[in-house]
Order: sequence, then structure tokens, then C-alpha cells
Amino acid sequence: MSVADKDAAAPAVASTSPPTPAAEQSPSWRLLLDAKWRWYEFAFWLCAAASFWVFPKKLMLLSEIFILGLLALSIDLVLGFAGLVTLGQGAFFGIGAYAAGLMAQAGMGAFPLSDPLLGLLVAGLVAGLVGFATSFLVLRGSDLTRLMVTLGVALIVEELIVKFKDITGGSDGLQGVLSSPVLGLRSFDLYGYTAFWYSLSVTFVIFLLCRRLIHSNYGLSRLAIKGNPLRARAIGMPVNARLVSIYTISAAIAGISGGLLTQTTQFASPDMAAFHRSADALLILIFGGAGYLYGGLLGAVAFRVMQDFLGNITPQYWLFYVGLVLVLLVLFVRGGIIGLMMVVRDKIFPRDDKDAGGRP
Amino acid sequence: MSVVLETKNLIKRFGGITATDNVTFSLPSGARHALIGPNGAGKTTFVNLLSGVLPATSGKVILNGEDVTEWSVRDRSRAGLARTFQINQLYPELTPLKSVLIAINERENAATSWFPRLGSRSDLVDEAAALLKRLNLGDRMHERVGSMPYGLQRLLEIAIALASKPKVLLLDEPAAGVPEGERDQILDVVAALPDHVSLILIEHDMDLVFRFAKTLSVLVNGALFVEGTRDEIANDPLVRQVYLGEEVIAHG
Repeated sequence: MSVADKDAAAPAVASTSPPTPAAEQSPSWRLLLDAKWRWYEFAFWLCAAASFWVFPKKLMLLSEIFILGLLALSIDLVLGFAGLVTLGQGAFFGIGAYAAGLMAQAGMGAFPLSDPLLGLLVAGLVAGLVGFATSFLVLRGSDLTRLMVTLGVALIVEELIVKFKDITGGSDGLQGVLSSPVLGLRSFDLYGYTAFWYSLSVTFVIFLLCRRLIHSNYGLSRLAIKGNPLRARAIGMPVNARLVSIYTISAAIAGISGGLLTQTTQFASPDMAAFHRSADALLILIFGGAGYLYGGLLGAVAFRVMQDFLGNITPQYWLFYVGLVLVLLVLFVRGGIIGLMMVVRDKIFPRDDKDAGGRP
Repeated sequence: MSVVLETKNLIKRFGGITATDNVTFSLPSGARHALIGPNGAGKTTFVNLLSGVLPATSGKVILNGEDVTEWSVRDRSRAGLARTFQINQLYPELTPLKSVLIAINERENAATSWFPRLGSRSDLVDEAAALLKRLNLGDRMHERVGSMPYGLQRLLEIAIALASKPKVLLLDEPAAGVPEGERDQILDVVAALPDHVSLILIEHDMDLVFRFAKTLSVLVNGALFVEGTRDEIANDPLVRQVYLGEEVIAHG
């Protein structure tokens, strides 16, 4: 069964098979359609994998893009799908980074403790735990309160990392983080071969889980909270419990992305929990478009490519252009890069039906 | 007849203003009750106290014999109290089908399932679709709520409230702001609500009130002024003076 777009384009005469049977027009079928994979999603992930052969010299940069994209995706879960603003995602990123780093260090690069996947699991658990503990702080107050509270938590985490020198290495960072080979097969190498495939795979798997989460009944209840919390409460939804759970999940994913960065760069520093990390991640998401799942990933690509490209032209002033693009995108297009792409698509393929479902 | 919802000496003060003044009220099950009163009489405040949006200053709210005064909006809703809002409280970016499904999912405790795709519980989706059809929203269930005409949005308010299968339904000015031509649709829906749902209608529009309600309460300055059947209220000289008289002046 083809997607709605293709149906419109197909000639009306040709179809030998009868028009869609009743089951396929049923309301639940329409809802299931939301979760269908579209061609551009396949295209996106194929491009991501193909970049390995297209840019063989930039593998470390590419895996950093996946990691940043994953961090931005974790913000998308709370901001784009539940309407919670946060400026403190760097805290969970940093916690995950150090959790994975300390695990690997304790294992001295040998199997059980230094196993990278185990490290990620621990990074996610620890960050999720801290996320759960601090989630109660973001339940109250306005968006401004939330921005300040999450920012505050991130500053505290960063300072704690610097303060507990004996464990974390203080401002020098955590040196010599060696992981055992991934799945016991391949070690992390200088060129970033392993790092690339490892980051891509982990990002992809977590993306798949997030995708299922968004296209579930649970995901729908998130949209209800974002759309109208008063109404959500009035129909009996435990709004606060839902927010706690999504915030915890988001923190765990941020922690996993932090763990990924530590493992692939074999280094952790307080910088990973720094304010600019949180700000960059939020910027990347807004850049790409919040609420579309792909916004964080696309934003990370755009952000890093701009940084790389503009950094070569004007090493000192590249942020000027990033700022300029951000201002233009936010002022004139709703939904960042994805919003822009949707505007372009609607210009080229105007659509007459007013359906809200079906298209991302 | 058994009582589903009561208040006992309910008081709400905002600073020096008493918005709800010592209201003792009871709603028999299956009631078709209207709450009327001039502007600023405290009708919406009273509804907010019943549904838990506002905490009471003192007094009690009792739902199905249980004291729910301290209960949250959410808990009261799960205990069978649903409401619509005077100003639409919808999800503008979602579709009517999803809006109703959200409420059904909560009722059926299906809202925490995170792995099965949306729509895989076809029994719940079909129920949502049937409810929308019953309220004449069937052919627009996939539209964006925010782009629908206002009258249909008002209908969706009622649909969402009904989706939780309430025992008591509070309708806060269901026809407020709806253009004349679309009003009848809403009145028909209100008139066709099942008997086992006990209704409180808060309304300004006397036509709607006298068409629909069997019993009435008149609220003046936050206090219950008089209660009675439709005919009693319509012929009560005091009510005519205080309330209906004002209406005439306001319209004239």
C-alpha cells in the first residue's frame, strides 16, 4: 500500500486492484500510517552510512555529528514532544561521559568492566537516575523557571566534576580511557573506523526506540501534554508522572550520547557538562526543527558542517554566521531546516486536502 | 433518587471577594440541571471548584459519596467527573480522532504502552471514531483541530469529555460564542446525551436552559439564590426581577 503522496500522483485509470478495502480505510489504519517508514527516512540513514566512504578522512567528525544528533534528539523528546524547555541537557551528557569513562578506566581496557556497551548502559542508567531525581524540579513553574533550574543543575554538575579531582581528574579531565573491543571484535582506532560504525549503530538503535516511543499511545499522551496540559489533566491524565518518565528517558539518552563521546575520543573533560554543550544541543535542535525526530540529527549535520566550512574561511567569526542563520530560521520559518524543507515541498507539490495526519 | 455530586458549605474567596458563598448543593443521578446567574455570579468559579481546577477555601465537595475536596483534577476525572470548558481547551495540532483517543487511552490504562504503534489497539480507535460519528464529527476526524470551525471545536470539547465515560458531566457554556446557525447542532448533541450521565449545564442562554434543563439553580453573587424545577424558576417573581429582568435590560 503506497503512501498518501503517491496515491495522488498515480493515474486514476490504471488501478486494476479495487480501491482500498474497508479495513485499510479504517481509523486505526490511518493512525498506523503515521508510523510508516517514508522514503526520505531510508534516504537519511543510507546517506549517514554512505558518508563513511564519501568522507573517509573525517570519520571522527562524523561520529561526533551522530553523538551531537543523539544529544539533540534527547532534547527533542522533552521539548518537541512534551513541551518542556531545558538548558541543562549537558549535565546528563557530562554524567554519562564520566560514568562510561570511569567504568572503562576501572576495567583497565579489559573485558567485563571496559566493555563499551556495558559502559553505555551504565552511562544511561546513571544519567537517567540523576534525571529522575531532578525531574521533580522541572514540574513546577513556567518555561523561564525550567530554563533556569535546568541551567542551574548543569552548572552544579560541571562544578562537581571539577571539584572531585581524585575521581574525575578535575579540570585536566579523565585521561586514558580505554575500552575493550566492541562486541569483543574491534578496538577503537586512531582513524575512527570503529568509532564511526559504533556511534552510528548506537544512534540508530536509540533512534528506532525513540521512533517507536513517539508513534505509540505513550507518545500521543506526550503530545497531549504539550498541546494542552489543563485538558490532559481534566481527562484524567497523570501529567506530572508522564513528564517525570519522559524527562528520565531523555536524560538517559543524553547520558548514553555522553558515554559515546568519551569512548570514541578516549577522553572525558568537564567541558562535556559545560553550559555551551547544553546551549549548542538546544541550538542544534531548533536549527533542525523540534518535534520531528529528525530535527536533532539534521541540525547536528548542518551545525557541524557550517562550523567546519566557515571555520576554514573565518576561524574567528564563524559563530557570527551560525547566529545569523539561526535568527533567520527562527524568525521566518517554523520548524527549522525541516520546516524549511516542508515549505519548499508544499510549494512544489501543492496539496489540497487538509489532513493533519499522514505527513510529518 | 441517589445523589452523585454534592457540595457542603462550599466557600471560595479571592482576597476580599467571595466568589462562591456557602453553597450547599446536591445533584441527583441522571439529573438535567442548569446553573444560571448573571455575569460575575460565580458560575465558572463553582465549576472550577467542582472539577478541582481551583482549591476550595472551605467546605466540601462529595462525589459518589466520597469526599473529594482535596483531590486533584486528574483524580476527580478518574472517579467519573468530566467537564467541558467555557473557552476551548483542545489540542490544536492534533486531529479529533487523536484528541478523543487520548482520553479513551487514559480511561483504559492504555496510555503508557510505548512500543506498540498508535492505532494497534483498534478497539479503542474504533470506539473513538464511533463517538465522533455520534457527534457528527465523523467525516472530519482526521482534520487538524485548530483549523476546524468554532462550532465543531465546541462539539469536540463535549466528545473529549464523553470519552472518559463520565458519571457527571459539567458543561460550561457549551454554546458560548457559537454562531446562530451552528447552535442547533450543539443543542441536539446535549439533548441526546445518555440518561445515565448526570448533567450540570452552566449557561447564559435562556432558550437553551429552558429547553434542556428539568431543574435549575440560580446563583447570585456567589450564593445560591433559589433552586427549583423549570416551571418554578420561570414563574418565580424574585428570579424574574434579579436575573431574567437583567437579561431583558441587557438585551434591550
